[in-house]
Amino acid sequence: MTKKRSLGVTLAAMLVYAFLYAPILVLVVFAFNDSRTNVVFEGVVNRGPCGPFYWFCQLADNRELLNAARNTLTIAFTSTLVSTIVGTMAALALQRYRFPGKLFSEAALYIPIVIPEIVMGIGILVLFSTLFRFLNASLGLQGDSRLAMGLGTVIVSHIAFSVPFVTLVVRARLHGFDKAVEEAAMDLYANEWRTFWRVTLPIIAPGVLSGALLAFTLSLDDFVITFFTTGPGATTLPIYVYGLLRRITTPELNALSTLWITLVFITVFITQRLERRMG
Amino acid sequence: MTTAQSPTPAPPVRSLPPHVRGWLLIAPTLLLLTVLLIIPLILVVITSFGARDPNGNVIYTFSFANYLRLIGITDEGFDPLYVEILWRSVALAFQTTLLVIVIAFPLAYFVARAPARRRNLFLFLILVPLWTNFVIRIYAWIMILRSQGVLNGLLGWAAGLAGLPFQPLDLYPSPGAVLVGMVYEFLPFMILPIYTSLEKIDESLFEAAADLGANAVRTFWRVTLPLALPGMVAGTILVFIPVMGTFIVSDILGGRQVILVGNLIQRQFLDARDAAFGSAASIILMVLTLVVTVFYTRRFGFGEEIVSA
Repeated sequence: MTKKRSLGVTLAAMLVYAFLYAPILVLVVFAFNDSRTNVVFEGVVNRGPCGPFYWFCQLADNRELLNAARNTLTIAFTSTLVSTIVGTMAALALQRYRFPGKLFSEAALYIPIVIPEIVMGIGILVLFSTLFRFLNASLGLQGDSRLAMGLGTVIVSHIAFSVPFVTLVVRARLHGFDKAVEEAAMDLYANEWRTFWRVTLPIIAPGVLSGALLAFTLSLDDFVITFFTTGPGATTLPIYVYGLLRRITTPELNALSTLWITLVFITVFITQRLERRMG
Repeated sequence: MTTAQSPTPAPPVRSLPPHVRGWLLIAPTLLLLTVLLIIPLILVVITSFGARDPNGNVIYTFSFANYLRLIGITDEGFDPLYVEILWRSVALAFQTTLLVIVIAFPLAYFVARAPARRRNLFLFLILVPLWTNFVIRIYAWIMILRSQGVLNGLLGWAAGLAGLPFQPLDLYPSPGAVLVGMVYEFLPFMILPIYTSLEKIDESLFEAAADLGANAVRTFWRVTLPLALPGMVAGTILVFIPVMGTFIVSDILGGRQVILVGNLIQRQFLDARDAAFGSAASIILMVLTLVVTVFYTRRFGFGEEIVSA
């Protein structure tokens, strides 16, 4: 391969990186815009006690947004916790044991990966609306006690679409697992429970951690399934932002985006460090 | 509570038979997938054969009316509206996938041939944009493409320097903006699987090709590209399926000019309140994507690239 050619590849790669990062740069720069309409950059904002971080401070007073942020985190943490446990269990089952219905389980785990999210979203919407209508009518529930879409329905839906991804990642880790280590622990009279906690789990921990991280980011990022399974009072950040895009946007939205990128960046960075340390 | 009294070290004495343990471990997953995936899909299929009553509720019948309407057969003759929407969605998904392959390849190649210690950093840099939210990324493109936006600003400034007259380009909202948005949203899903394929290629293959007198172009066509194929197939599945079903990119960047099957479904459920027709459209969408996926996996094989991505 000649030098000239690899220069061409490098140049093309740099262009693609520029394409990936230009929108992010724009988002961040305009978070410091002095113009409220935020169409043209009119210099760095310098207002109030926060100075250039004026729009970031405005976020702290935005009730709607804080609510959405809280919902998003509640959903992400709960669904990550549950789907990581359930998904790891499934990975162990599929990698270690033979049982009737194994093929069916493997196939079912692929469904959320190969069908469009919107189909899954409306499926769950149809399920819950039918179920709730039936239950409300048959139990005679009235007013506020009626069952309705909300945080609960969003959380279970997020768990459902995350589990297959966690299973996939943990299985990859179990694949290269040396069973002799476990057998050695058993030979030394550790019971199975103890073997799992002291031997198996520490070895597959990096896989479980990346599975959890994937579930967390999928949940944070999800728009489509949340859109169809949410209800009044359970707005998440992506849904809130979508609402804003159809109305009016100010640099506040850029400030929010900047904060978001920074937080996710830090989370992933720390997780990767942890993962590397665990080997 | 140990089994230490056991005279022989292994196997442990008090334990459930393996298939029972396997079952217990898989049970929560199966329950979840059955209740939240399989039953909903069955409900959608049932609903798609139903009809809408004047209040927007579903009447459960067994009629193909919704499907006939989707393929353009109505009481008043042929109406191509929905066929056009389906066709537009498939065409856009193909265009996006092709563009994404062309853009992803050089970057994947670059990262795969970079020194091993730098590769992780380069990969990390590909993932960062993916972690900014999907909806926020669309917002960024509005800022860039709108008539007084960043791109027109830069072009106007450049034209001013060159002393040329400048008329802001009408980029947003437009079908072109939708294509750019789709490419941007799904690009990393193609880069990673192609990278995984390329990274596995043994360096000596390139040397062998060179020794045998192949030039760079020939090596690329005969060695690099065939070996990158599994990654491209995996990437195509990861890009094509979501593009087919996404509705916000077209909704926001297309300014309601670009109606895709995702938009059709969303409107049936939320505005038109015709769940039966919306369900039929979803089934068609699912069948279309499954046909493409099955064709692809049969034709080119299904590597582990999806997993490793």
